[in-house]
Amino acid sequence: MKAVILGGTSGMGREIARRLAERGDLLFLLGPRKKNLERSAADLVARHPDKVDVAFAPCDLLRPEGFSEALDAADAALGGFDTVIVTAALFATQEALEADVDLTQRLVTANFANTVLFCEHARKRLLARGGGRLCVFSSVAGDRGRKPVAIYGASKAGLSAYLEALDHKFHAHGLSVLCVKPGFVRTEMTAALQPPPFAGTPDRVATQVIRAMDRGKPLVYSPPVWAWVMRVIRWLPRFVMRRIGF
Amino acid sequence: MSATMTLEGWGRLAMPGREVVSCDLESLTAKAVLSRGLGRSYGDCSLPARPDDRVANSLMADRILGFDPGSGVLRAEAGLSLAQINRLFLPRGWFPPITPGTKFVTLGGMVASDVHGKNHHRQGCFGEHVRALRIRLGDGDIVECSPNVHPDLFYGSIGGMGLLGHILEVEFAMGPIPSPWIWMESSRMSSIEAFLDGLAEAALRWPMTMGWIDCLSRGSSLGRGILMAGRWASVEQTGGAAFKTAAERSLPFELPNFVLNRWTARAFNALYYWSHWRKRRERLVAPDPFFYPLDAILHWNRAYGPRGFTQYQCVLPRAAGPAAVREFLQRLVKLGSPSPLCVIKDCGPEGSGTLSFPLEGTSIAVDMAISPDIQGIVDRLNELVIAAGGRIYLTKDGFTRPDHFRAMEPRLPGFLQTKKKWDPSGRLRSAQSVRLFGDCP
Ligand SMILES: Cc1cc2nc3c(=O)[nH]c(=O)nc-3n(C[C@H](O)[C@H](O)[C@H](O)COP(=O)(O)OP(=O)(O)OC[C@H]3O[C@@H](n4cnc5c(N)ncnc54)[C@H](O)[C@@H]3O)c2cc1C
Ligand SMILES: NC(=O)c1ccc[n+]([C@@H]2O[C@H](COP(=O)([O-])OP(=O)(O)OC[C@H]3O[C@@H](n4cnc5c(N)ncnc54)[C@H](OP(=O)(O)O)[C@@H]3O)[C@@H](O)[C@H]2O)c1
Repeated sequence: MKAVILGGTSGMGREIARRLAERGDLLFLLGPRKKNLERSAADLVARHPDKVDVAFAPCDLLRPEGFSEALDAADAALGGFDTVIVTAALFATQEALEADVDLTQRLVTANFANTVLFCEHARKRLLARGGGRLCVFSSVAGDRGRKPVAIYGASKAGLSAYLEALDHKFHAHGLSVLCVKPGFVRTEMTAALQPPPFAGTPDRVATQVIRAMDRGKPLVYSPPVWAWVMRVIRWLPRFVMRRIGF
Repeated sequence: MSATMTLEGWGRLAMPGREVVSCDLESLTAKAVLSRGLGRSYGDCSLPARPDDRVANSLMADRILGFDPGSGVLRAEAGLSLAQINRLFLPRGWFPPITPGTKFVTLGGMVASDVHGKNHHRQGCFGEHVRALRIRLGDGDIVECSPNVHPDLFYGSIGGMGLLGHILEVEFAMGPIPSPWIWMESSRMSSIEAFLDGLAEAALRWPMTMGWIDCLSRGSSLGRGILMAGRWASVEQTGGAAFKTAAERSLPFELPNFVLNRWTARAFNALYYWSHWRKRRERLVAPDPFFYPLDAILHWNRAYGPRGFTQYQCVLPRAAGPAAVREFLQRLVKLGSPSPLCVIKDCGPEGSGTLSFPLEGTSIAVDMAISPDIQGIVDRLNELVIAAGGRIYLTKDGFTRPDHFRAMEPRLPGFLQTKKKWDPSGRLRSAQSVRLFGDCP
């Protein structure tokens, strides 16, 4: 596999990158902070069985004008990538978002509009070479409009819809699109939140996501129990959703 | 990125505090007064002195920043665990120079406690193998130190319980191993005198030794137990066996207090002793059961129930002779704290960390359930240790009195002087440093 990862510097993206490196895949990192990319690249080099170089380039979800250049750099370094993974996203609590319109604008733009733009760049390049894999992290928060994640959830709902359509549209052309819907996973993103009883860990998610990518699956809930939780939530009638705080 | 919660040491002593986590240790430690890793220290050294003190948890900062396969030198962020290091490097023929009896420790914790292992008589403590540290000081500055650059900060931080600064990065030398297997010899020892002789004799032949003592037996069999010695197996000894990782189980819930009592502990000890029915056995074993027998059950600390437990670990200098060790065990038996676990190890010379624990002599570690008598038990044992010229291991301690600590630690004033230099406003502190070092509460 020759994979580009946007968001591989921390959390679930970091674990996915590590697992791919350990099994000998070739990687290219994208992210907003150079120093952070440097450190993560060093980590992956040390873990790779053949100690191959891991290159990186800056790419900020809030600067879509840089996407093309970033993917050019990845193409050059990898000699044409066949996989693009996006774990990067912004997160803020509903209260914080309600209190700050600028933050809301940034989050919705990064998580929806610009992630879609980034995927458009990536999938065009993949389709031009006959296909490949696109693995993008959405969230269970996008499965139903819910009070505690009204804005963040909406940004992910839009992303999920886009990813599903991409799968329908280009599957026959050789593009395999995987939409990952994590439930609560213990990472820096959720460090300030109270974890629920079945909180996941990044390494478990990484194992599950890589298996799903290898098998060409279109959708994965992780940890798996969230598939059942969300099935129930989706079926709950409106009047119930109005009353509960979940 | 913070929440008020209770923080626990491995003995399950809990204190209210604020633990913060981030992948970015530099920004994380900026306002923290203490760092902690996997919380495998037993007492209060990784716990905050006050509920509003920020404790930086290093676990998400676990990147390897460089590994040189020529020299074995590895540099990593302080939250990298030994479990990860072993998983990655054992199959490649490298092992950390020193490992404690659990692999669920971080590099930061290994430096801050200057941990020792079964090879202390040959290799010393972890600190002897550390090349450089990157440290965030109490006033916010970040400095790199090594044996040549700011040596007082470097050696003070080795075994310094995180009180001179937050360790951000650790650079140390890994050791090459001929195979990922251990050739192990175990022998039954019938008394404490036989045990001490056995340890001394084994130390000459084996790079790794330690023993398990049945500390509930009395009279002539006082201190009987099993001595274990090992070395990395040669390729011929392994017979080409492939390396496999061990499965871990977890104790899913807390056992009630009564499960572990004098009688069950005695039965466990006797059973363990006699299960080694041959006087001496040699065999090939995987590194995990050899180095980390307790890690096979995650959360085994729940076996003690909600009351929690502590570990008492001291070292008695060689000069005090076997009589001091016998007296210690006699006192332990008399004080009557049931323990399924008592570990004995002969230590080599004192390390270069300013407050490093081991010194040439015999180290004894016993687990004890917390009971209303615990303070009295620790006091009585400490009096004996002071009289013998020994000392206790801070990373295990939760009950030693400050006057006792001062009496056994002539190096303390020197350490406090270094602390005054590098943390002049005294920002860094732990529940333990307030209890023992006189830091401001
Ligand atoms: C089953 C078991 C067996 C053990 N066997 C041994 C043994 O054989 N030999 C031995 O020496 N020890 C042994 N220990 C003790 C253990 O090795 C030490 O307590 C070690 O420090 C724990 O590491 P940690 O990452 O969990 O640190 P924590 O328990 O989280 O912290 C321990 C101390 O290190 C400091 N610290 C942690 N990280 C940092 C950092 N980044 N910067 C500055 N300070 C920091 C903390 O403030 C605290 O004072 C054992 C413990 C257990 C539970
Ligand atoms: N954690 C959960 O419980 C959870 C639940 C549901 C869905 N998700 C989704 O799962 C994905 C991964 O989450 P995580 O918890 O692993 O996240 P994380 O640890 O917080 O990592 C987020 C990543 O995004 C990068 N990033 C931040 N801002 C960026 C920007 N402006 N441009 C480009 N990259 C940026 C970060 O780079 P730096 O490292 O340089 O900051 C980091 O690599 C996200 O899409 C998240 O929405 C998470």
